[in-house]
Amino acid sequence: MRLGSGRAAATRKVVLGGLGRRRAQTAVLVATVLTAVTASLLATGLLVGSSAPFDRAFSQQHGAHLTAEVDAAKATAAQLAATTRLAGVAATAGPFPMTTVHADLADAPGAAGPDLPPLAVVGRDDRAGPVDRVSLVDGSWVDRPGEIVLAASLDFRVPTGTRLVVRDLPGSPELTVVGIARSTSRTADAWVTSAQLSALTAAGGQAGYEMLYRLDEAGTAAAVHAGQDAVEDALPDGAVTATRSYLDLRRDANAVSAAYVPFVAAFGVLGLAMSTLIISIVVSGAVGAARWRIGVLKSLGFTPGQVVTAYAAQTLAPAAVGVGLGVLLGNLLAVPVLADQADAYGGPDPTIPLWVDAAVTAGALALVAGAAVASARRAGRMRTVEAISLGRAPRAGRGRLARRLAGRLPLPRPVSLGLANPFARPARAAVLAAAVGLGALGVTFAVGLGTTLTMIQKENGGESPAAVAVHLGHAGGEPGGGQREAAPGEAPGPGGGPAGPETVTVDPAAVAAAVAAQPGTASYYGLAQTRLGVRGMVGAADVSALTGDPAVAARRLITGRWLAAPGEAVADTRLLRAAGARVGDQITVTDAGRAATVLVVGEVFDGNDDANLLTMSSSLSGLRLDLAPEEFGVDLAPGTDLTSYLQAAEDALAPLGADAEANEGDESTVIVAMISLITTLTLMIVVVAVLGVLNTVVLDTRERVHDLGVFKALGMTPRQTIVMVVTSVAGIGAVAGLVGVPLGIGLHHAVVPLMGDAITTGMPAAYIDVYGSPALAALAVGGLVIAAAGAMLPATWAAGTRTATALRTE
Amino acid sequence: MTTPSSPTPAGPPGAAPAQGRPERAQQAGAGTWTAAGDPVIEARGLTKAYGTGAPALVDVSLTVRAGEAVAIVGPSGSGKSTLLNLIAGLDRPTAGSVTVGGERIDQMSETASARYRRAGVGMVFQFFNLLDDLTVLDNILLPAQLAGLDRARARQRAADLLGYLGIARHAAAYPGRLSGGERQRVAVARALMNSPAVLLADEPTGALDRGAARDVQQLLVDLGREGLTIVLVTHDIALARACATRTVELVDGAVARDVLVSRGLTPTGDTPFTGPTALTGHAGITGGTAAAGDGAVAR
Ligand SMILES: Nc1ncnc2c1ncn2[C@@H]1O[C@H](COP(=O)(O)OP(=O)(O)O)[C@@H](O)[C@H]1O
Ligand SMILES: [Mg+2]
Repeated sequence: MRLGSGRAAATRKVVLGGLGRRRAQTAVLVATVLTAVTASLLATGLLVGSSAPFDRAFSQQHGAHLTAEVDAAKATAAQLAATTRLAGVAATAGPFPMTTVHADLADAPGAAGPDLPPLAVVGRDDRAGPVDRVSLVDGSWVDRPGEIVLAASLDFRVPTGTRLVVRDLPGSPELTVVGIARSTSRTADAWVTSAQLSALTAAGGQAGYEMLYRLDEAGTAAAVHAGQDAVEDALPDGAVTATRSYLDLRRDANAVSAAYVPFVAAFGVLGLAMSTLIISIVVSGAVGAARWRIGVLKSLGFTPGQVVTAYAAQTLAPAAVGVGLGVLLGNLLAVPVLADQADAYGGPDPTIPLWVDAAVTAGALALVAGAAVASARRAGRMRTVEAISLGRAPRAGRGRLARRLAGRLPLPRPVSLGLANPFARPARAAVLAAAVGLGALGVTFAVGLGTTLTMIQKENGGESPAAVAVHLGHAGGEPGGGQREAAPGEAPGPGGGPAGPETVTVDPAAVAAAVAAQPGTASYYGLAQTRLGVRGMVGAADVSALTGDPAVAARRLITGRWLAAPGEAVADTRLLRAAGARVGDQITVTDAGRAATVLVVGEVFDGNDDANLLTMSSSLSGLRLDLAPEEFGVDLAPGTDLTSYLQAAEDALAPLGADAEANEGDESTVIVAMISLITTLTLMIVVVAVLGVLNTVVLDTRERVHDLGVFKALGMTPRQTIVMVVTSVAGIGAVAGLVGVPLGIGLHHAVVPLMGDAITTGMPAAYIDVYGSPALAALAVGGLVIAAAGAMLPATWAAGTRTATALRTE
Repeated sequence: MTTPSSPTPAGPPGAAPAQGRPERAQQAGAGTWTAAGDPVIEARGLTKAYGTGAPALVDVSLTVRAGEAVAIVGPSGSGKSTLLNLIAGLDRPTAGSVTVGGERIDQMSETASARYRRAGVGMVFQFFNLLDDLTVLDNILLPAQLAGLDRARARQRAADLLGYLGIARHAAAYPGRLSGGERQRVAVARALMNSPAVLLADEPTGALDRGAARDVQQLLVDLGREGLTIVLVTHDIALARACATRTVELVDGAVARDVLVSRGLTPTGDTPFTGPTALTGHAGITGGTAAAGDGAVAR
């Protein structure tokens, strides 16, 4: 049915032909819904989908809800076995004997050869059982003494057949790697037969037990905690040395994608809010523009319901396109993020679950329909006479005072006409302000996030802020074998890589002396890294043992201060939380039955997924470990030229088997990915805000085509027209932008700690207070820029439209 | 409503050049191209087609001399408004040229065309085309403000015009409150604001009742007598008779008749447009001179 034909329709066609008609509306609807759906879907999908690989593997393996390490001197195996019958315990495995083993690669030459971190080894004859059914990734399970299976979760990989030697035990027992296995509950670094484990502990190792529990109730941290309390109460005081909830592991498993969730969700909410606003602008604009037509429809007997449906339907089609594209884009963007953690648990690459797609689609469509119906309803209720008589123009009389006042301002007339314009349509102006404000908010938020992430990248890419890094193990200046971490298939051994035998034995003390003697060296530290147990915490922590001047290694702190003396340490949030400690507490690190206690003086920022502790080497002397530095960090005296320092250092160090390079950090692929996602989402938000402005100005221009014709007849030039149209939204834009900036800062300040929380770290204030004055000044005009950008195109159309016809009719 | 018998000094006589900055335009005074009798508007071979249908104007030529008051008459849809819009530079011809005051209007940039309208022509429409959200005074001031005229001078000029047209007491009112006749007076005041050389009026009495129509008619007659060049589109025979020194009749987009008449004739009998000449095609070339205000038929 073609209503509104005849003169009015023909006139409108002629008049509006150049104004882009529905194209702007369609574009803005598609873009805004696309943005909202993409971000919402991505957030929900990452939240839900990223735990899928862990959850699947965990349930397949009957993973341990609770892992307890027990002091073998304080509780017996029989006492532990009795905990199986505790109320709330569904199943147990163990007690398995366990110890820490310092193993080296048997075929690696000399002391400078690659050595492995200490391994938490569990004696376990059967990988099946009621809890923690360890799955084999490669090779076979341990069958007899002399065999060892390594965990797939270790930082390093060696092929099966590799021989390990435990040099610090009498007789230097040898173990052959027969398999690689995966425990979702991470119950060990390596497994041997229980007979082999007895042999290792009998030779002087520290004995403990590991007990694995599945609980009846394990859905919440509190439930797991209750199980933990029950187990601890059932055993002698102090017998349980450490416990771990599977929820912590689950969290770590999703840490990276979980870190995306807070900011992606924020963008999702922004997108949804903008969608609602823009839909209401579009629908009420369409209804407003068609009041006359609606009147005709109603006079012909259309019910209000039919009118509402017609106008709501008009927005649903482009919105549905936006939803479809958004679902597609959201799924695509999720792929690289989710794939990151797929490796850790085997199985197919995770994707966003279908039900999330379905739910987000349904939710978005419901929101669009709701907003559309609400706006169209006003028109549906309008009385017929009123609808016909109102015509297409905005109700006369609104904003007259504003016009009169603006006219008195000492401004060019086109500017004062433009400035007063929003007052004629206060509701629309308010919605427009909200859209621009949200755009400015989004930009402010994104700029802050980008700054925060860039800072984190810059400060944490390397080991320390030292200017120069000196690495040991490169003989004759030629990079070769002897890297600390052997890549898979590269380890020396039968069929191993081409690495030739190392002939130079590196002396760390000689390197330290050379570094100290180098002209230009202001101060330096030496660093040895190892993995040690921490009392109260299951699993090992990465421990950095420093020599020299610890201040050179100073990293960004969350609280407290950097370590300055032996006996002091800084730890990351993860370690402090896992060990239940705080800055000011003592922490005991353990290794093979020996212990050393340090005082935590600071909480250091660390984005990696290991617990970290930094202290002076001498603090750990009680452990009797070989903590000779593997690398040095050097600060240069003021005025020292880096390039010539490196040149000279290289000459001095190469003969000693060390090399020097500028300490430039590695780029974190996660941060790079995050920044690119933030950029994408922000661009989408800005595009939506600009299109929202554009659409509003198109509507406005269309409604005011008659006035524009009059202005033109009176000699308004195209430039004056553009100025008038642009200033009609620039004022709103400027004000809305100014409001959006503090809100964006607030959002940033709320979201950044949540991102830290996802990767189990606190956030230093410096990473939160990132808005400098220049950035704020630039952001303050953001709203103005968005408004002007959105108004420019329709302003140009308005300036160029032939308005002669508009002058003939009223 | 009464019509003032003597205009104020700041009254409307057409004496402003069509181009240049408005300030200069004001100073130029009775200028170069408005000497009585010189051609002011020269349309040559104007054709205007909208879309694919029959053209609204076909090969129309017309010369309007300074001081003339030309009434363009003809049936509805014959292209009268189209012609007026082309002269105003609001639209561009499909073929042909329009020259006003020696300037080619049809080839101007949009900006130049706007400047031309500002200073060179004043426009009055059937439906007034006042801006409803601006007061009468603000409506009248608008052309001066768009031209960037000095505020004080603009206000003085507006006050003079309001007085001259007898609508000073409505200065602060909104147009919606005014009667049709009053509104058209406001429109005329606005059209005269920048002292244009030519007044273009499209059915200025078309939306008015009889009394108001006569009122506006008298106003236009007075303006014509003062020497303002007027091009008037109208159906209103009385208006054409009273005001025009010449009538041009359009039929189907072409000039059917071009007749010199004497201004101020009262309607007599059933042949309102008397006159010996009915020119087609090259109207105005042989149209002779019409002396402004003396009521004489030139040929
Ligand atoms: N903007 C336009 N688009 C299409 N056709 C138009 C337009 N303006 C006028 N016309 C047509 O051109 C013809 C002349 O119109 P017009 O000049 O308004 O006539 P008049 O003023 O003599 O009544 C008419 O047929 C009209 O429908
Ligand atoms: Mg007409």
